[in-house]
Amino acid sequence: MRSVSIIGVGCTKFGERWDSSLRDMVAEAGFSAIEDSNVSGEEISALYVGNMSAGRFIEQEHIGSLIADYAGLARLHVPSTRVEAACASGGLALRQAVLAVSSGYHDIVIAAGVEKMTDVSGGTAADALASAADREWECFFGATFPALYAMIARLHMRKYGTTREQLSMVAVKNHHHGCLNPIAQYQMEITHEKVMKSPLVADPLHVFDCSPLTDGAAAVVLAPTEMAKKYCDTPVKILGSGQASDTLALHDRRDITTLDATVCAARVAFGQARVEPGQINVAEVHDCFTIAEILAIEDLGFVEKGQGGKAVEEGMTSLNGKLPINTSGGLKACGHPVGATGIKQAYEITLQLRGEAKKRQIDDAEIGLTHNVGGSGGTALVHILSR
Amino acid sequence: MTDNAPRFWRAIPQRYSLIGTHCSNCNEYYFPPRNICPNCRRSAQMEEHKFKGTGTVVSCTTIYSATEDFERQTPYHLAIIQLDEGPRMTGQVISGPSGVKIGMKVKPVFRILGKEGDRGIIYYGTKFAPLEE
Repeated sequence: MRSVSIIGVGCTKFGERWDSSLRDMVAEAGFSAIEDSNVSGEEISALYVGNMSAGRFIEQEHIGSLIADYAGLARLHVPSTRVEAACASGGLALRQAVLAVSSGYHDIVIAAGVEKMTDVSGGTAADALASAADREWECFFGATFPALYAMIARLHMRKYGTTREQLSMVAVKNHHHGCLNPIAQYQMEITHEKVMKSPLVADPLHVFDCSPLTDGAAAVVLAPTEMAKKYCDTPVKILGSGQASDTLALHDRRDITTLDATVCAARVAFGQARVEPGQINVAEVHDCFTIAEILAIEDLGFVEKGQGGKAVEEGMTSLNGKLPINTSGGLKACGHPVGATGIKQAYEITLQLRGEAKKRQIDDAEIGLTHNVGGSGGTALVHILSR
Repeated sequence: MTDNAPRFWRAIPQRYSLIGTHCSNCNEYYFPPRNICPNCRRSAQMEEHKFKGTGTVVSCTTIYSATEDFERQTPYHLAIIQLDEGPRMTGQVISGPSGVKIGMKVKPVFRILGKEGDRGIIYYGTKFAPLEE
């Protein structure tokens, strides 16, 4: 197994990109990652792209070929593979690329992620996203994604005393971080009062507890660490990669308020990296809903189970806290183009570790973590990155 | 939802009558039915089991914004129900003015769950109601 490094990153502006198509955005992100890494087209030996549902969102499948084509790599016949794990598709693409380089099968590999979500109505988009849950035994009875996370939140509040204010504080913090990130979909401050005044989606979650519909793409270029310095002065090493599955339906989980897939993926990634949760300086976690960030910091081992809400309240996860979480603005404020999110997380952590995160740069970041979840927790990916 | 009637028909025993499975090797109950017991896998002894349908609310929410198929029903209550035999399922709860609470005992009721437009097939199945009311 070879050590793998990120030698280039790129990301589009996230938001309602009515002027750009899926192929435009993935070419834009890919181009900036390739430019950042100084590799030439001929050196690229494989592409992996995370995409959840182009079939539903733009009625286009066969995304692997499309992306090789519009990245200008079709004539070189570079093998291109689309991977899908709902909202964790990007993280899964990153892992597939890591495995390809680590195994020695390929040298220079691009991991990309893309989703074009605003070409359909909000209702159609919600239904496409609902297919990440159990269509026959959750959605058929009227479950929506916000509803599943609302039931997690309701039980978490009951078991651990997590408060409605603590949920809001996740959104308030991530919106503050989004204000400092030029690619973020929302660059505006919000307050607890604003969250509570926004319409209820699924009690206790309001509109401002939910990540938005977003268009966007991101890409990273990977190389064996031994070759990385040839391309890049500041390669970022991937110390660990963990992936785990759990039941598709929320109701079948061992514990509704724990994402065991996150716990398992984290255990694998931390073990591989020989790093303890306490050594992480900055993390991008999967805050598709405010409650999801609270679960994430617990299940990744940053705080004890049940203490996530309190940690947010005490400022531990703020930009100047002990462990800044979601400096990009997270899924909540930076936006959540589902297939791109896992790659955007690696983009953000790479910027932090290189010291290029500008207004939102944290001091002395050495080790970072990304955490990407599919559905209500049927898939989780954890990657640990280091300077 | 789908215009594909067989997809609905083949789940009628489960949706109308809560037919699931029971593994007599480990004595665990499954709803919806599973062909492979996750405890026993190859040594599983699966048989059909009709659930009573009574259970307890594990967690719940009220949905105000739904997908297009359910938009007309909003607001409605959704819950994770732990059936008395053990397995959990997701379903709607029809409740009186007091609403739905964690720990509430419920019983099954046969209701329309949805329909495919004005001319398409109607989906029937199980919802839940408070046991005492």
